Amino acid sequence: MSAIAAENVSKHWTTAVGQVRAVDAISFEFEPGTLNVLLGPSGCGKSTTLRLIAGLETADEGRIFIAGRDVTRLPPAARNIAMVFQSYALFPHLSVAENIIFGLRVRKVPRNESAARLARVANLLGLASLLERKPGQLSGGQQQRVALGRAIIAQAPVCLMDEPLSNLDAQLRAEMRQEIRALQRKIGIAMVYVTHDQVEAMSMADRVVLLSAGKVEQTGTPVELYETPANVFVARFIGTPPMNLLRLEPSAGGAVIAGTDGPAFFPVEHASAMLGVRPEHIEIGFERGVRAGVESVEYLGGDSLIVCRVGTERVAVRAAGSVGLSRGESTWLRWPPGAQHYFDTSGNRREAHDRQTTATMFA
Amino acid sequence: MTRTKEWLYGWLLLLPAMALLVLFTHYPAVANLWHSFYSTPRGSRQAVFVGVDHYRQLADDPIFWQALSNNLWYALGTIPLSIALALMMAAWVNGRIAGRSVLRLAYFTPTILPMIAVANIWLFFYTPEYGLLEQFLRLFGVPTHNWLGSQSTALPAMMVVAVWKEAGFFMIFYLAALQSMSPHLAEAAAIEGASRWYFFRRVTFPLLMPTTLFVLVNAVINAFRLVDHVVVMTRGGPDNATALLLYYIYEIGFRFWDSAYAAALTMVLLVLLGAAALAQFLFLERRTHYQ
Repeated sequence: MSAIAAENVSKHWTTAVGQVRAVDAISFEFEPGTLNVLLGPSGCGKSTTLRLIAGLETADEGRIFIAGRDVTRLPPAARNIAMVFQSYALFPHLSVAENIIFGLRVRKVPRNESAARLARVANLLGLASLLERKPGQLSGGQQQRVALGRAIIAQAPVCLMDEPLSNLDAQLRAEMRQEIRALQRKIGIAMVYVTHDQVEAMSMADRVVLLSAGKVEQTGTPVELYETPANVFVARFIGTPPMNLLRLEPSAGGAVIAGTDGPAFFPVEHASAMLGVRPEHIEIGFERGVRAGVESVEYLGGDSLIVCRVGTERVAVRAAGSVGLSRGESTWLRWPPGAQHYFDTSGNRREAHDRQTTATMFA
Repeated sequence: MTRTKEWLYGWLLLLPAMALLVLFTHYPAVANLWHSFYSTPRGSRQAVFVGVDHYRQLADDPIFWQALSNNLWYALGTIPLSIALALMMAAWVNGRIAGRSVLRLAYFTPTILPMIAVANIWLFFYTPEYGLLEQFLRLFGVPTHNWLGSQSTALPAMMVVAVWKEAGFFMIFYLAALQSMSPHLAEAAAIEGASRWYFFRRVTFPLLMPTTLFVLVNAVINAFRLVDHVVVMTRGGPDNATALLLYYIYEIGFRFWDSAYAAALTMVLLVLLGAAALAQFLFLERRTHYQ
């Protein structure tokens, strides 16, 4: 039985300009004890989806299940969930301890039991010395922990998190990322985590649901999203810098990259398609493959980012260390056939059967 | 040299506001205290020092005691009621309801209207025989009654007017405070299963304490400085049933021209208001969370 499931869930708003479909017939299933990320650019409907799961919004269509129970029409309190808000939503006049046990007080949990649970959560999150403070006297990271504490003390099997790290600085964010992941594994809850940051999604998730304009673009493990993007949107969204998408043209003997006169590395049936290659899969300067003109070189320390021109197309390349190339120079690019992705004219993934043709690049 | 300059500069900046405050607030207050120890000058008779005579007179003045008790009842009857109403109205018009801007405007209207106009409107409401209230009550067979003209109902009738006028004004402050509260707080509480009343009691109300304190101080001051309604509606009658402190001072000072005795009465009012404000700040400040 899945921890959370959505079946064709839709939510629309009526605005001055007409109806906006914030969430458009989306479906997914999350297993118990896993960390699931709702990923997407701002306005893609990921927060609305989370609020639908929480019951803070009601779905216009479709059904939502938590632990096998249909909760579509239930109020938030009856759904047996916990939630961490982006703004943390701590009660500013209550102490850290009172904030954490707020829900236990509401549910009239006996005093000694709630004290024991508070002590356990405070130890788990390193808040034991801060229990008497007010939220205003805490740093952003500490406030985040209090919000986490309030969520996990409920011992609900599902925890929802709405961009929980977006108010923290970069270093703290990296630390909290690991901490939240470790905590989730330790207490074994199912977590739904909303973020627009693909690094958070890739590093934390068991499963990612990538959304755009209220629709699911792809659902899968981080590896699946990276290695087999279902469409152009996913290809562009996952990875930094994003995947290169090159137009192809037909020519004698096969397809070539637009604006070049060969060599024809690609099977002719892909002539109308887009070729996708990740910058980190391209090798530069081996006197094989396709000719390229260097447009810019950015040295980042551990690696360099080189932007090249191939025909009419622009190709970003990520290479280790410094490459000793400069603007205006001419060079070669090549990549293994397994690194190639094809997308048809409507942007959807096309399976590639091109090992033979592209082998020439490495001959 | 520069220090003197800075010093001079600072005082010059303070001067305009200070001049006005001293001229119209501080000097009159001190002069008032001074005059309360002298007799009222009349014609060729100079004011002579009489010590605490006026205060002794005041202690034996039954009308003063009645005005004071009237005023205390008036404050006690209007302040909690108007604050509670203001809070309820604010909570209501803060929600997502149809036509809420019209509602907000409607609640705020009594504040915009001039006090004299308000008093006249209510005078018509309370008119015996054909006033609005009488016409309405006649439907239920209630015998006719002179609301402002009888001792037992005159002060409560005045209190209703004050509540009607103040509640809308205080609502604006509560509404502003409610709107600055993050809606996520209510959502977080809803997920924990808190009822609306529980959330109000444990979160909204404590977070509104700074507003409540501000409103309370204002309400107390307003209750003790009310004079316009009394002048228009009852002139303190019948038989001093609606004589409030400030109205009594006005009568002594400007109808009987006993300015020295009026000065002594004014001191009582000042001390009373000062004590009330001080108590509110000292006791409530500690229980108030400022963000």
